[in-house]
Amino acid sequence: MNAKTQYYDDSVKGFIIWSLIWGTIAVVVGILISLQLAWPQLNVAPYLTYGRLRPIHTNAGIFGWGIGSFIAMFFYITQRLTKTPLWSPKLARVTLWIFNVAIASAAVTLAMGINRTKEYAELEWPLAIIVAIIWVLFSINVFMTILKRKEEQMYISLWYIMAALVGVTVLYVVNNLGVPLHLFKSYSAFAGTNDANVQWWYGHNAVAMVLTVPPLAIFYYFLPKITGNPIYSHRMGIIAFWSLIFMYLWTGAHHLLWTPIPDWIQTVAMAFSIMLIAPSWGAVMNGYLTMNGQWEKMKSNYLVKFMICGITFYGLQTLQGPMQAIRSFSAFIHYTDWVPGHVHMGTMGWVSMVLFGAIYYVTTTLSGAEIYSVKMANTHFWLVLVGQLIYSITMWIAGVQQGSMLLATNPDGTLHYSFMETMIAIFPYYKIRAVSGFVYLAGLALFIYNIYKTFQKGEESKTAKA
Amino acid sequence: MLEKNPVIFIILAFVVIMVGTSITMIAPFKWINGPGDMIAEVKPYTPLQQEGRDLYMREGCNNCHSQTVRTLASDVERYGYGGTYSKSGEFVYDRPHLWGSRRTGPDLAHIGLKYPDPKGAWHRKHMENPQSVVPASNMPSYAFLNVPLDTTYSERKMKLLKFPYTQADLNDLKGKSEMDAIIAYMRKLGTDIPVKKADAAATQVLPTASNPFKDVEAIEKDAKSLFSQHCASCHGEKREGTLGPALKGSAKSDADLFKIISQGIEANGMPSFNTSLDEQKIWKIVTLIKLDTK
Ligand code: HEC
Ligand code: HEC
Ligand code: HEM
Ligand code: HEM
Repeated sequence: MNAKTQYYDDSVKGFIIWSLIWGTIAVVVGILISLQLAWPQLNVAPYLTYGRLRPIHTNAGIFGWGIGSFIAMFFYITQRLTKTPLWSPKLARVTLWIFNVAIASAAVTLAMGINRTKEYAELEWPLAIIVAIIWVLFSINVFMTILKRKEEQMYISLWYIMAALVGVTVLYVVNNLGVPLHLFKSYSAFAGTNDANVQWWYGHNAVAMVLTVPPLAIFYYFLPKITGNPIYSHRMGIIAFWSLIFMYLWTGAHHLLWTPIPDWIQTVAMAFSIMLIAPSWGAVMNGYLTMNGQWEKMKSNYLVKFMICGITFYGLQTLQGPMQAIRSFSAFIHYTDWVPGHVHMGTMGWVSMVLFGAIYYVTTTLSGAEIYSVKMANTHFWLVLVGQLIYSITMWIAGVQQGSMLLATNPDGTLHYSFMETMIAIFPYYKIRAVSGFVYLAGLALFIYNIYKTFQKGEESKTAKA
Repeated sequence: MLEKNPVIFIILAFVVIMVGTSITMIAPFKWINGPGDMIAEVKPYTPLQQEGRDLYMREGCNNCHSQTVRTLASDVERYGYGGTYSKSGEFVYDRPHLWGSRRTGPDLAHIGLKYPDPKGAWHRKHMENPQSVVPASNMPSYAFLNVPLDTTYSERKMKLLKFPYTQADLNDLKGKSEMDAIIAYMRKLGTDIPVKKADAAATQVLPTASNPFKDVEAIEKDAKSLFSQHCASCHGEKREGTLGPALKGSAKSDADLFKIISQGIEANGMPSFNTSLDEQKIWKIVTLIKLDTK
């Protein structure tokens, strides 16, 4: 063993805590908007109407919970894989501080209706600039740590991390280009069909660079740590990596099938979406094969449960996604509740499951204590799993039902159902979905309590020793 | 080499992601919104309409409403309102686009054709209290838009977006509420391109100028459901009259009623239905209306 490197982990802990806070807010707002869809009387004040709250939910979810904990994990993983302390702990502290100010201002401005409306790029230009700055500061810190590394080999997780750093920067900057009118309002630099094409090039690759690449980096790092098995095939990981980041960028127009976007762009998007199954499943198989001889841990080790369940949802997600990218299927489910079903299997299943596992693991190493309650962690697992399954399954049923009603025609070519008939049919599902939200929230509450208690336990044993 | 040099690695990663980006995102700028896409009739927004559009963005209506009629037959039938599917040229003044990704509510790309009333009475009632018009709707109430419109930036917006405007357009903003602006925007959507409906189509439908449905009981269920789908939001669920007059019986002849329903009285807020209802259906509704004639 080499002399132990001193790692800097205060900001890791800081980002974890704050991402949990923003994640809880995302889920609570998610529950509120799901209730509003069933009971519109709950739109009680202008800043609490569905149209203003939905972007708060998605931004708190993706930026607050997702990116917040990715930053924590990237700081953690990069230091360990490079055997090098973080390049600048001070910069990391500043980054956390700006991060929180930015997410809080995002929530406030969105509630005020300051909104560019481009999905996942809703924030007005001053805030968008701050978000870009946060990302650049964070990227520099990680990248400099890698440059100064003591371990020459770069493990596959570092590849994914660096790709995310570059990818997110390019995407975010381009889709946010605009002309300011005043401090709180700007107009997009692009118009109409061009704007739509840029938006979904961004939108889909936000899925790639934020909701796929970082959790994969985390997965590749923690699964071997948890199981003690090395990753099954580094080579397969590398091939999957390059083909993944190559193919993703062609597929944005699968969000725009049957619209005025030129046909060939739609067709190319469709073809590349289907090809994406290969690299996606490359990662899934790599995960499964790493488990060789260890499958009994699915029963005995709660961390393995989170990781393997997470990668399984990723596998399902990357089969369902390509299906949705096919024109005929898209005609059926685009614009319906099917899509939120897909989205939440990805966010509540894949992304969150992997993060839960990683955060448990990191909490035990940072606090130096065993997890406070394994039983509680297992209950947490089942609650979020059941909550997510109910959410996604009800929405798939609702989507298929509404989709087929909307397309149904009479023999003479006229429509069989009015819009409202199709909507009344799905109200029961909206109510069940709201219930699923509470189940998920209960799981999340147990998780947070468990993490809190574990840190507390660590503190106590440290003071006891001192 | 690659495994060891992070600088080369990120340059390579950048190049790899730029391939698809260049071909599917950057290159299309060459022809999208070019001369081939332009539609001469499509006009930029007036100051009032643009204010309305900005309010639509502020309220996040795009989270529930899409604005593109896809090329699918069922989309054209449901949301075309006599027009066809959406074309690229209809959006050249939209910064940003508002196509949306969810249809919690109906598509609004051509909503101006559905409610032609110049006074926007239906929209006003609906925006203030959607459930008073469509009881099962889950759209939030927007009565809070009944406040004076802030016009501080209206002219700057026109300049920045390079839209033509006149002093009269600016004067038109005086005394307007936010509600007026958003209704002006709703009324503009889809109406630039003229739709050939009116008389030609209507007379085509008229040949069987006598009502084929004498037996009311046989069609009553159908007729009531058609009425509640298409008419109740203005004439009341029980035909008692709300925005439009009561339709419990009528002194008008069957043929006259047919003509009104088919062609509408657009200037007074009664839409034409010759594109959304076929002959049989209109006759069924006529039969229902005449049912209570005393
Ligand atoms: C929670 C989702 C939701 C939000 C937010 C929302 N709507 Fe709606 N909207 C609906 C639903 C559902 C309907 C269909 C039932 C009805 O007519 O109320 C509808 C109907 C409409 C219609 C009539 C469409 C037709 O075909 O008759 C218009 C116009 C409309 N909305 C405009 C708006 C505007 C403008 C806003 C923003 C200020 C808005 N909506 C916000 C859900 C929503
Ligand atoms: C957007 C609102 C709206 C809808 C929807 C609507 N109407 Fe009307 N309708 C009106 C208004 C307003 C008038 C009054 C026009 C006038 O005063 O000239 C009217 C007038 C009429 C008249 C003439 C009544 C008379 O005695 O002069 C008939 C008949 C009629 N509507 C039938 C229908 C039928 C049938 C439907 C459904 C297929 C329907 N309307 C849907 C608003 C509407
Ligand atoms: C090969 C992989 C994937 C493909 C081809 C794919 C494809 C698609 C398609 C076609 C849609 C649009 C559906 C519609 O509106 O009709 C969509 C939506 C979405 N997908 Fe996926 N998907 C993939 C993986 C993922 C993963 C792993 C996530 C992770 C969370 C994800 C998150 C989302 C989100 C958030 C949306 C909603 C976008 C919006 O409309 O706002 N997808 N996906
Ligand atoms: C209990 C948990 C949750 C509930 C009840 C919930 C609820 C909702 C609801 C009601 C919508 C709107 C769907 C619609 O348009 O009809 C939505 C959209 C969305 N949520 Fe959640 N959510 C939850 C958790 C999360 C989490 C943890 C994330 C992210 C990490 C997330 C990300 C998103 C995204 C990206 C969308 C937009 C989907 C689209 O455009 O199709 N959600 N959510």
